[in-house]
Amino acid sequence: MTAAVQLAQNDPQPVAEANGRSKVIARDVNVYYGDKHALRNVDLDIPENAVTALIGPSGCGKTTFLRCINRMNDTIPTARVTGRLEIDGRDVHDPEIDVVQLRARVGMVFQKPNPFPKSIFENVAYGPRIHGLARNKSDMEEIVIGSLRRAGLYEEVKDRLGESGTALSGGQQQRLCIARAIAVSPDVILMDEPCSALDPIATAKIEELMDELRTNFTIVIVTHSMQQAARVSQRTAFFHLGILVEQGVTGEIFTAPKDQRTQDYITGRFG
Amino acid sequence: MIWAYLVLLVVLIVVGYAFGRMRAVTVSRTETLHSRPSYYGAFVAIWILTPMVLVYAVGVPFANHVTETQALTVYDPALLDKELERGAALREIEAVSAGEFIGDPSPRLIAAVETYETYRAWGSNLVFLAGLALGLIGLAMTLRFVSAGFRARNHVERFIKRVLLACACVAVLTTIGIVFSVLFETIRFFNHVSPMDFLFGLHWSPQTAIRADQVGSSGAFGIVPLVVGTLLITFIAMVIAGPIGLFAAIYMAEYATPRFRSIAKPILEILAGIPTVVLGFFAALTVAPSLREAGFTLGLDVASESALAAGVVMGMMIIPFVSSLSDDVINAVPQSMRDGSLAMGATKSETVKKVILPAALPGIVSAFMLAISAAVGETMIVVMAAGLAANLTINPLEAVTTFTVQIKTILVGDQEFDSAKTLSAFALGFVLFFFTLMLNVIALEIVKRYREQYD
Repeated sequence: MTAAVQLAQNDPQPVAEANGRSKVIARDVNVYYGDKHALRNVDLDIPENAVTALIGPSGCGKTTFLRCINRMNDTIPTARVTGRLEIDGRDVHDPEIDVVQLRARVGMVFQKPNPFPKSIFENVAYGPRIHGLARNKSDMEEIVIGSLRRAGLYEEVKDRLGESGTALSGGQQQRLCIARAIAVSPDVILMDEPCSALDPIATAKIEELMDELRTNFTIVIVTHSMQQAARVSQRTAFFHLGILVEQGVTGEIFTAPKDQRTQDYITGRFG
Repeated sequence: MIWAYLVLLVVLIVVGYAFGRMRAVTVSRTETLHSRPSYYGAFVAIWILTPMVLVYAVGVPFANHVTETQALTVYDPALLDKELERGAALREIEAVSAGEFIGDPSPRLIAAVETYETYRAWGSNLVFLAGLALGLIGLAMTLRFVSAGFRARNHVERFIKRVLLACACVAVLTTIGIVFSVLFETIRFFNHVSPMDFLFGLHWSPQTAIRADQVGSSGAFGIVPLVVGTLLITFIAMVIAGPIGLFAAIYMAEYATPRFRSIAKPILEILAGIPTVVLGFFAALTVAPSLREAGFTLGLDVASESALAAGVVMGMMIIPFVSSLSDDVINAVPQSMRDGSLAMGATKSETVKKVILPAALPGIVSAFMLAISAAVGETMIVVMAAGLAANLTINPLEAVTTFTVQIKTILVGDQEFDSAKTLSAFALGFVLFFFTLMLNVIALEIVKRYREQYD
């Protein structure tokens, strides 16, 4: 964790504010699962080096949108995506774009911690190995240890890197998955309700980690907890029934929402 | 007798169930019942069923025994202790009784038959009456239990548990029984042949002289050629079925569209359903001759019955074992593993190779073990395609023989059951059983050890 704190201090950007540039731009994105129109005409800008929270009731399309960004919807045979979704100005659906390259640049952390049934070391080394990021053994060690450090896990596991990743506690497993995601140095990290299976202490650690990581990464998080969205994010987007209802600076969304539906949701009238 | 008893049983059970239920319904008008009325009906029915089945199970053998003893006492009391003559005499008595006796029965035989018939009639009547009486007693007694506070549901549950336990015990006891019967014959065999010669001998020709003055070999009972033959054929089968089955499973589980899967999987399972005797003549009539021809063009001498032909066809037989079980374990790997790997930018084949197969490995290994057990125990294909010659060779183009083929050869036809030759079949069976048991134990152990790796 100390390394990450140092990084944050050395960073010329003030931590509290995004630099304003949009990393991911969605224009008129529609998603269909078979006949079901899951996401309608979404226009959304996701700023670089900030945490953007996607909130909304279950089934509103926020996870669907998240999975568009690294094209994980490709793995669902019935899914169809239309519209433009740009990362750094390039459409992810451009035939020139290789999905393997895309996913190496856009990491993902899932709802349920899903470490591979391998050692802690091998879990983190997985991405660097497939993409050939380490030239030799000491390179790999450097990447793995660095990633574990930045995920705030290294101190807890440094003596047992050879043990199975599945033997860790839930919160540790999730941080291992974060370490695995950042080991390939992505630009964007997608988090799909990363704390929903964790206890409050583990949740607090992950939230702290997100705050540190956003100095280097663009983070998009789907969450059911409005408190979490308020705590960790700089921008918030509210989805309802497949429609992006409202987006804006987190503080404004939670204190002065413009749309009645947002108002109802954040005050707990539905969802 | 048995039909009348069965009808009586069914009638009493139906009546008992109806009475019990009616009584419960009546009680429920005034009080709150502990269980639903049908449980009271079932409770009464159970207490009719159990005593009546017990009466039949104990009564009929007892009645038969008394009848036979009495009839034989009249016929010739000296026969009572002699197993063989006793059986012969009883068959005569039964034949006369059934009117199928050829020739004129002696007066003593006729007297015995009369005794036999009298006792038999008495016996079946007594069993019938005892069953009826106990059934009625059960009905009367249990009907009195039907009251609001009586926990009929719990009694019925307990009964169901006992029935299930009994079924489980039958399965286990059958296995133990088979093992012991084979074991005893094996021990008898080892009185003729030393275990060392059996296990490490290099020659197998189980011909023994039947009469003392007969010219013939004393037989050689070394199983090494059979072990080598069995392993050779199993090895060939696994070389074919292992990769094909596993890769087919990976395609089915990871790549195939649901449509293709829904068509291909049942077809693959049909392959598992082809009787092995059909595969056997496919091996002997189609595969073996074409292998021979192919060998001829290449300048190789292929025997008309070869380990290769048997192994290839056996490989086809066990492809479904490997593919179906592997498919199941690959499907059991959680989707989150695939998502995690794909989201890291891994391709599909990298995901399969680096995440799914390692996670599914214990299951795949046990699928292979089961396939090997099936191959080792398979008989018909090797009988038809591998031959009988106990050659000690690892050349797949020659004829070899296996455990199962030898067991079948030894036991087919008329045999005396105390010669070393016949008994050797049991020893072979025991070794075979031990081998497959070991494979299964290893497979189970592997599965158990690595089961909790994911989740």
